Amino acid sequence: MADEKKPGLFEKDGKLYWLHSSIDAFDTFLRVPGTVTAKGAHVRDGIDLKRVMIMVVIALVPAALFGMYNVGLQTATLYGLDWGFWRMFWYGLLRMLPLFVVSYAVGLAIEFGSAQIRGEEVNEGYLVTGFLIPLIVPVDVPLWMLAIAVAFSVIFVKEVFGGTGMNIWNPALVARAFLFFSYPSSMSGSSVWVSKTWVAELKGVDAVSSATPLAIAHDGAFDAATGAVGQYSFMDMVYGFIPGSTGETSVIAILIGAFILIWTGVASWKIMVSSLAGGLLVGWLGQLGGATALPCYYQLVMGGFLFGSVFMATDPVTAAQTETGKWIYGFLVGALAVVVRLWNPGYMEGMMLAILLMNTFAPLIDHCVVSVHTSRRAKKALNA
Amino acid sequence: MSNNLALKKGLDIPVKGAAALEVIKTVSPDIVAVKPTDFMGLVPRLLVKEGDAVKAGSPVMADKMRPEILFTSPVSGTVQQVVRGEKRKLLAVLVKADAKQEFVDFGAKAPASAQETKDLLLKSGLWGALIQRPYGTMAAPDVTPKAIFVSSFSTAPLAADSEFVLADALADIQAGVNALAKIAPVHLSLRKENSAFARVQNATLHVVSGPHPAGNVGVQISHIDPIRKGETVWTVSLLLLAAIGHVVNTGKLELSRKVAVTGPAASKPAYVVALPGTPVKEIAAVGEGVRVVGGDVLTGENLGADGYLGFFQNQLTLLREGNEREWFGWAKPFRPKVHSSSWCYFSWLTPKKKYDMDTNLHGGPRAFVETKCFEDVTPMDIFPIYLIKACLAGEIEKMEKFGIYEVLPEDLALCDYVDPSKNEIQAIIQKGIDLMIKEMA
Repeated sequence: MADEKKPGLFEKDGKLYWLHSSIDAFDTFLRVPGTVTAKGAHVRDGIDLKRVMIMVVIALVPAALFGMYNVGLQTATLYGLDWGFWRMFWYGLLRMLPLFVVSYAVGLAIEFGSAQIRGEEVNEGYLVTGFLIPLIVPVDVPLWMLAIAVAFSVIFVKEVFGGTGMNIWNPALVARAFLFFSYPSSMSGSSVWVSKTWVAELKGVDAVSSATPLAIAHDGAFDAATGAVGQYSFMDMVYGFIPGSTGETSVIAILIGAFILIWTGVASWKIMVSSLAGGLLVGWLGQLGGATALPCYYQLVMGGFLFGSVFMATDPVTAAQTETGKWIYGFLVGALAVVVRLWNPGYMEGMMLAILLMNTFAPLIDHCVVSVHTSRRAKKALNA
Repeated sequence: MSNNLALKKGLDIPVKGAAALEVIKTVSPDIVAVKPTDFMGLVPRLLVKEGDAVKAGSPVMADKMRPEILFTSPVSGTVQQVVRGEKRKLLAVLVKADAKQEFVDFGAKAPASAQETKDLLLKSGLWGALIQRPYGTMAAPDVTPKAIFVSSFSTAPLAADSEFVLADALADIQAGVNALAKIAPVHLSLRKENSAFARVQNATLHVVSGPHPAGNVGVQISHIDPIRKGETVWTVSLLLLAAIGHVVNTGKLELSRKVAVTGPAASKPAYVVALPGTPVKEIAAVGEGVRVVGGDVLTGENLGADGYLGFFQNQLTLLREGNEREWFGWAKPFRPKVHSSSWCYFSWLTPKKKYDMDTNLHGGPRAFVETKCFEDVTPMDIFPIYLIKACLAGEIEKMEKFGIYEVLPEDLALCDYVDPSKNEIQAIIQKGIDLMIKEMA
């Protein structure tokens, strides 16, 4: 019996009992706890937060796998290297692996540590956050920067509020925002989105410009006749054969993830749909008003718009919680993101800041929705 | 019929062990317990001592604050023992039953006024059957409610089939409705238009369809005539309404009922005729490691193998205690033995399947993360998560605003079931209600 193997050291009053949060975390990771219901309903649904979180990770896998291949593809294309499919994928995998390791190691260490301090069980939320962060940063980001960003976001955005379920902002996005504002040279510009580290053939080769379609379009290089943005066609952007952060490029891979999230009910389709609607509407207005030559649907396939709408805006903790609120919240996320893209001279991607801003306002949106509802109820009561 | 109510939200939990529609035995218990703990808000005062002789209908205890409310013995016999717990709290009065039953005669006469109805209920021991909303406490005799609601069916998991249990008690039910209608208008909800109870007169009938909790009287009230601040509504179960009618018709207190013995751990799920206070072991065989729930799996009371059937209960659910630990439970793609209403598992592939459920929590307690699931199982015009958080915070004003007057824990019991964060929603709501009672008194 495994129970007998568990040393007395970790049991209550044991010498290492203070470690019980960590021990419990590993223990319940391997085996569902044997706890039985004490009050309330005597039987319970099979669902728990571990299952919910792992569903999000599974939904992210297509985007992550494609992203790894694309990392290799972009490097090979840019530098004219003659690589096959597997070489490209292998290169991307090797480049991404350290990011995942650092993200999980730093984040989980802090999660475990703070669970110890609070004497609570370790939360599962970081399973998703730790997977998201490597997918939304440039692949060549120095690992020490990533470690600092992860530590900052987990400590100051999550743990100080009380852990998963209590945070106001999406921790993965804050990690990205932290990098963006602290180390702008590693996070923006036209040379960061294609990996060139570790390629023996490229020793001594200078960085080559590798602007993302979003940046190209921002500079006005849109060919209305062919529908191409610079050297990238519309379908390149749909398939994802473009530079960008690892997870965000392929519309198809993200839509597979969206399907999983909506099917399992883990993320709200209302937020996704309304975010797309908001982006389309503002993109269309921008086109009418002459702010851009791009057709509005280009806004959805470029940059991090779709990835943000599907995986980041829908975080149930930081999004609006009322159903009406979700429509408003999602719409504003999409609309704001495109507003930033179109009417902002310096910074071409608005999704990150749009989501963080709407995270801030989500409780206000909910407050308004609930107030309207309760005052309607009160009125009904008066008239009855 | 004019009043149709179709509810969409909710969930029927597919637990195994529905009772076959047959009575397999009639229990004549040796010992019957009268339990003050069955009644919410009762501070009991004992009226008998060990060795006293009682008849069926003789008072055993009264409410300390309102001594006119009497609680009576369901059998004739001798008081054998007064069971007390910590701080001498009265837990039960055990009555040893006589071989031949004698009844107190309350006079077979239909009450002519509200006061006569109240007097009859108070002295026969059936007053406790009246539940007052808001808060779900025992009704106060000096209050006149705006309405009295009765649900003629239960949608709770494996609940007793009221048509099977009470179809032959129609005359009693009618007499009970007539008596209560002297106090306030009576509303009776039906499962379908051709229900056996559709012939009841002197009551407003409503047909309610939908998954559980459509049969909960609280959910029905919130759609038919919501309770506002300062208003009072009474409810009574159909089972005890029939008992009230029986006293009116015959003058005798007759509480014996068909009890549905249900659940995955029940060896033979079927009906047993028994009195409230009958030892559980005489009603059903209880194996090792089995939890005996008085009532349904969502709202029932853990009676223990040595417990006694409660005053309000006509169902026992037997469940295995789920202490076993499952390797990689949450990570397995398929868990055919575990039901989940969430589509993160594959229970949706087998909608007809009934599950051999146990009492495992299937996870550990966490902060609220996924909260839409609460709305999906709450067919009421409220935001469950906001009400729950207001109760947690103990904010009276917000609790009022978010609908504390309209709910009892039983109406949000499904939230307990579906919550991936494993919060005890019913306990939270009850805590909020207790605070309201304390602050509003």
